[in-house]
Amino acid sequence: MIERLQQLGRSGLLFFERLGRGVLFLLQVLAGAWELVPRLALLIRQIYAIGVLSLLIILISGLFVGMVLGLQGYNTLVDFGAEESLGVMVALSLVRELGPVVSALLFAGRAGSALTAEIGIMKATEQLSSMEMMAVDPVRRVIVPRFFAGLLSMPLLAAIFSAVGVYGGYFVAVGLLGVDDGSFWSQMQAKVDIYDDIRNGIIKSFVFGFVVTWIALFEGYDALPTSEGVSRATTRTVVHSAFAVLGLDFVLTALMFGDI
Amino acid sequence: MDQSRTLEIWVGVFIALGLAALVVLAMQVSNLASYTREESVYHLTARFDNIGGLKVRSPVSVGGVRVGRVDGIDFDMNTFEAVVSLAIASRYNKFPADTSAQIFTAGLLGEQYVALEPGGDTEVLKDGGEIHLTQSALVLEQIIGQFLYNKADGSK
Repeated sequence: MIERLQQLGRSGLLFFERLGRGVLFLLQVLAGAWELVPRLALLIRQIYAIGVLSLLIILISGLFVGMVLGLQGYNTLVDFGAEESLGVMVALSLVRELGPVVSALLFAGRAGSALTAEIGIMKATEQLSSMEMMAVDPVRRVIVPRFFAGLLSMPLLAAIFSAVGVYGGYFVAVGLLGVDDGSFWSQMQAKVDIYDDIRNGIIKSFVFGFVVTWIALFEGYDALPTSEGVSRATTRTVVHSAFAVLGLDFVLTALMFGDI
Repeated sequence: MDQSRTLEIWVGVFIALGLAALVVLAMQVSNLASYTREESVYHLTARFDNIGGLKVRSPVSVGGVRVGRVDGIDFDMNTFEAVVSLAIASRYNKFPADTSAQIFTAGLLGEQYVALEPGGDTEVLKDGGEIHLTQSALVLEQIIGQFLYNKADGSK
């Protein structure tokens, strides 16, 4: 009995210790932000690795998610003779929810895992400690550009996802199912609000980009410097990012759209 | 050097794509293009017994053309009427003083809107003016209730 309690206490302490280290790490990164200004080339290189290389998966998934939304929504709406509302349904579900959430999950899988593995291996092969030996702060040289590259890329990726998805839905609805072209767009424009829907979706994607990049970088930086440690850290990045994104999405949705 | 150039070009393409997507979302998907907030407006009020499901930002139209929106809904505790404030675009500023206002529903289940019907008076409604002729929203339950009541009456 006492042993069980001790075990519970130990895992609780470990959890909070890790959380504390994560927050300290984040503060260190944010404090190093101004170091980025003379090193914009590093940021651009990381935007390439994080943003540009994630572009293909975002484009393809966005297109297919939009097309599937169009097909599925049509089946329900046609029963009520309301298939003109298909544009509203596709656009609202993409802009408010699926755009930020699905692209954050893909981002965690595509870019987050790569970040963790890269930094974990840098640590395992003692590249980070050799930087310290040369009086180069690895947080400022390695972590800060990656963090801000993730923070900037994620909203752009989510916006691309939503826009491509809307056109995917348009292709299915107007091209394949024969929904009227004009009412598809006009109903969408009448119901989607620039502030309530689009701005809130962008805020969501910023928050997700922040959290996913933070988790990925911290897991890499905190990984055990062995091949097994790096592998575990990479898995944890994807799993914890998914939890964080879905949990935060509920909280943000309740704050933005629910009248709680 | 050459490698970092292609890299920068790709990053440029990525950022341009992202911004273009934002512009598409703002202009094509949302209501930014038809936003009337910048346009100058004048206000009219109308009192209704029952406004049904009318909301702030609901459209105001004349003959099916949108001329403004509802920008405030209040309740008058003295007369027990709903007071609806209408923001009408300034270029539609010559409504006769005996214009009437009705609350209609777009389609069977659609949103509710205020329809104005111009009268024949030579006086025009000015900023802050009040529309006196109003007709409340039709509440489906009331109509069904009345119908059943009449039905029961007739069968006697």
